[in-house]
Amino acid sequence: MIAIVDYGVGNLYSLVSSLRALELEAEVTRDPEKLRAAERIILPGVGAFGDARKKLDATGLVPVIRAEAKKKPLLGICLGMQLLFERSLEYGEHPGLGLVPGEVGELRADLSGPALKVPHMGWNSLELRRDDPLFRYFRDGEYVYYVHSFYAKHCAASTLASSRYGNVDVTGVVRSGRVYGAQFHPEKSGDAGLRLLKAFGEL
Amino acid sequence: MLAKRIIPCLDVKDGRVVKGTNFQGLRDMADPVEMARFYNAAGADELVFYDITASAEGRNLFTDILRAVAAEIFIPLTVGGGIRTLDDFDRVLKCGADKVSVNSGAIADPSLIGAAARKYGDQCVVLSMDVKRVGGQFCLFAKGGRENTGIDAMEWAEQGVSAGAGEIVLNSIDTDGVRQGFDLEMLDALAQRVGVPIIASGGAGNKEHFAELFAHPGIDAGLAASIFHTRQVDIKELKQFLRARGVEMRL
Repeated sequence: MIAIVDYGVGNLYSLVSSLRALELEAEVTRDPEKLRAAERIILPGVGAFGDARKKLDATGLVPVIRAEAKKKPLLGICLGMQLLFERSLEYGEHPGLGLVPGEVGELRADLSGPALKVPHMGWNSLELRRDDPLFRYFRDGEYVYYVHSFYAKHCAASTLASSRYGNVDVTGVVRSGRVYGAQFHPEKSGDAGLRLLKAFGEL
Repeated sequence: MLAKRIIPCLDVKDGRVVKGTNFQGLRDMADPVEMARFYNAAGADELVFYDITASAEGRNLFTDILRAVAAEIFIPLTVGGGIRTLDDFDRVLKCGADKVSVNSGAIADPSLIGAAARKYGDQCVVLSMDVKRVGGQFCLFAKGGRENTGIDAMEWAEQGVSAGAGEIVLNSIDTDGVRQGFDLEMLDALAQRVGVPIIASGGAGNKEHFAELFAHPGIDAGLAASIFHTRQVDIKELKQFLRARGVEMRL
């Protein structure tokens, strides 16, 4: 079973539906026992980092997630991926979970030229930097759907894939041990996204 | 690099897809779930659903359709039509919408844009505008393009973006349904005023019109309805055609 961490941020309808379409058993939960019993964990999220961190803290699940991340595959999606890092500089400075080395910073600050729009919204091709079982069914350069204004930096050692936006290599997929993160939304990235989720279900 | 987007728009009334010309004379087309499947397979980058039903019964039918589409189509879904309150946002987001488009609802209550952006994020709020030239000025129209608000459309867009709209759909009433190409002059005027993605709507009649559109770098997406519904333009062929012309496309 895949436990999807329920901490009150974002809309989980598509994520649950996509896993169901893949015939992967999934449950949206904030029960620590279910996270412990699960074979895999997904940490979703949309919205602002500081607010999401507060909500996640309020569930009391942070120590459970930290402990389980050592034992089983975990996938953070979008803001859920950003939460995996050491800290974020989105409107102030907020501590992350520290499961992946690196930090989250403002995309606009690193883009040269005002012609590039923020949020980075839409389909961008995902260039694979390293081979990984997560990419078992994925072809280098396939398009995935992004919506974000902040992105992960100083994480080159953990970066498995990225997408080019103007002069910036936007961190697309990271991995540290059994902890994975995807900045884009695999559950909104059509067939290519489903194939990533399928591979995650087989890790 | 970020691809340009091709977006079919489905106007749904009483559970069926309809699309008129110049906003009048609606014609029944097909089943929305079937059409969503077809467009997803054809390579549509996003789907837009407009609820043009007035009755409560029709509204429930619409959310049922949305739920059915979101359960099996895994590309971004934008929903509009009759969005007037945060409760309306909530209702469609729970059924699987990713973005919500506001038009007349934001004209009636401009604070809706900011309130929704704070609650759901800028990326979730799409400002949709029906615009027509009146006496050399771009005027914002309400009520499906029937009523001139007297508001300057470019001012309105700028205010909407500063309030938190994350994207703009610009529908030119002057070119809508005429199939002579997008309103490039109006679109360029908008691109000079706002820094968020712009979706062009109104006027597409053939593949060339999309190539002309994307020669304008400030435009991110092209939206159309009837030319896709009638298969006059096939989305897969269109995307191949555009890529051959050097436009970044997801294929």
